[in-house]
Amino acid sequence: MAVLSRAKRRKIKNGAFVAATTLATVLAVGALLLILYSLLVNGLGGLSAAVFTMDQPPPETLGGLRNAMAGSLVLCALAMVMAVVVGVLAGTWLAEYGGQRRLAHLVRFLNDVLLSAPSILVGLFVYEVLVRPFQGFSALAGAVALALLAVPLVTRTTEDILRLQSNQLREAGMALGAGKAYVIRAIIWRASRPGLVTGALLGFARISGETAPLLFTSLGNPNLSWHLTQPMGALPTTIFQFALSAFDDWRSLAWVGALLIAIVVLSANILGRALARRSDAR
Amino acid sequence: MNRAARHDRLFQRLCLSAALLVMATLAGLLLALVIGGWPAISHFGPRFFVSAAWDPVSDTYGAAGPLVGTVVTALGAMALALPLAMGVAVFLVEFCPRRLAHPLGLAVEMLAGIPSIVYGMWGLFVLAPWFALHVQLPLLLSLDPESFWGKLFNGIPNGANIFTASLILAVMVLPYMATVFREMLLTVPPHMREAAYGMGCTSYEVVTYIMIPYVRRSAIGAVMLGLGRALGETMAVTFIIGNSHAFPDSLFASGSTIASTIANEFAEASSDLHVSALMALGLVLFCITFATLAGARLLIGREAS
Repeated sequence: MAVLSRAKRRKIKNGAFVAATTLATVLAVGALLLILYSLLVNGLGGLSAAVFTMDQPPPETLGGLRNAMAGSLVLCALAMVMAVVVGVLAGTWLAEYGGQRRLAHLVRFLNDVLLSAPSILVGLFVYEVLVRPFQGFSALAGAVALALLAVPLVTRTTEDILRLQSNQLREAGMALGAGKAYVIRAIIWRASRPGLVTGALLGFARISGETAPLLFTSLGNPNLSWHLTQPMGALPTTIFQFALSAFDDWRSLAWVGALLIAIVVLSANILGRALARRSDAR
Repeated sequence: MNRAARHDRLFQRLCLSAALLVMATLAGLLLALVIGGWPAISHFGPRFFVSAAWDPVSDTYGAAGPLVGTVVTALGAMALALPLAMGVAVFLVEFCPRRLAHPLGLAVEMLAGIPSIVYGMWGLFVLAPWFALHVQLPLLLSLDPESFWGKLFNGIPNGANIFTASLILAVMVLPYMATVFREMLLTVPPHMREAAYGMGCTSYEVVTYIMIPYVRRSAIGAVMLGLGRALGETMAVTFIIGNSHAFPDSLFASGSTIASTIANEFAEASSDLHVSALMALGLVLFCITFATLAGARLLIGREAS
């Protein structure tokens, strides 16, 4: 009898445990659905052609987010160009040249720390280096701040991907008489292309929603601007300004902006993962 | 030296300099914060870290309020997120029907991809009003304000306080931690699990006696990784914490964190001392997060993350 009740107790305990983990998963997925639901309910209503064709309005007038969207595109594109160049080269050094050297371990470690460093500190750093000395906020400073956030991610994925390439590939290239640099560029990089694109997409997904590093680098600009040495608008900074304002039409534009950003970020994430899976399968 | 060898050397140097640039960024970050923050630290001395008087009008700055706010919200978020993240990871690895495992894992990862400003807006416009109406008001009306619980839950019922900030942070770090936990649990050798099941263990016993002890070391690393994120998170917190520099005196009091203070005041800081005080705050945040993240990376090791 005692044995039976003990077995029963274990069974009950186990049932409760399974139920608790299920509940945790339901809560996590529920949170995602709740957030997506609020985004759709509040964002879809304000979506109109004006959002894409007009600049951000003064309070209580009709307007859109054109300047912010254009600014975000410019900032992210610039940042990604810088981040991909630096990140791919750094990742290549780690995978192909650094190996197990002490310096390589140090770079890897610092890169991993930088990967989750608070983005607002990157903003402060760029302010000290690129804004204060030149006496003005600029789009260029914003792009550099974003690039600094994407570099660790690109470096990390590049190294991981290059390490997956078989040594036979390298040896085959060398046997044909190619130098190491040529083998890396013409064979290894080409073979790793889907993985490198994934890394870039994940980096883009990370920076396109970033707000904190832009607050005191590119600042924001209520007008459409293409000047890299002037403040430039961006969706996240505009959302920040509008969401905390007291005007209903500004708030509803902020929701539209949040919806747009979420769509872009989530599709970049999903696209990146799909690419990675497809190249795995091959 | 022939052309090909020169070309090889050039390319290697190019790659090396990119790698060194990554290192230089972190060093430059620290240096910029030290240089920027030094005037404030030397002006106020140790008082800067213990005083809660943060007043741009009289140009006096004490970091205690934001400092405590940062630590309390981050720890609160971890307390809420840790059991949930563990639960999600265990469910996905052990109990989830196979057909659901992939989409559910994807959903959790999507949660990690949502930008923090979206969390912030959701917190401000959805969570805060709901929380004020359904949690704060009933508690305020039913508790004696002089009792312990009354003091603990005292605060303006607007939903913008330290507790809701922790709640939002918990939702944000949950997917990171769940994803890392899940990957770790998948590294447990199948023969260990199967041996335990073969002895007649229940799933609960397999998870708590075999799987979790097996990944304990890296699990602590994952917790610290989440903590590092929670400490430095800016936008979501800025929206919902209420932004007061006073020393928080209850769970439902408005407060501020280091990151939210910098985000709110930096662009408008007028006096040099104000800018420097904010930089000094940044330096404090850098030291806390660097220690946490470095510890996390050392515990996790490279493979499991």
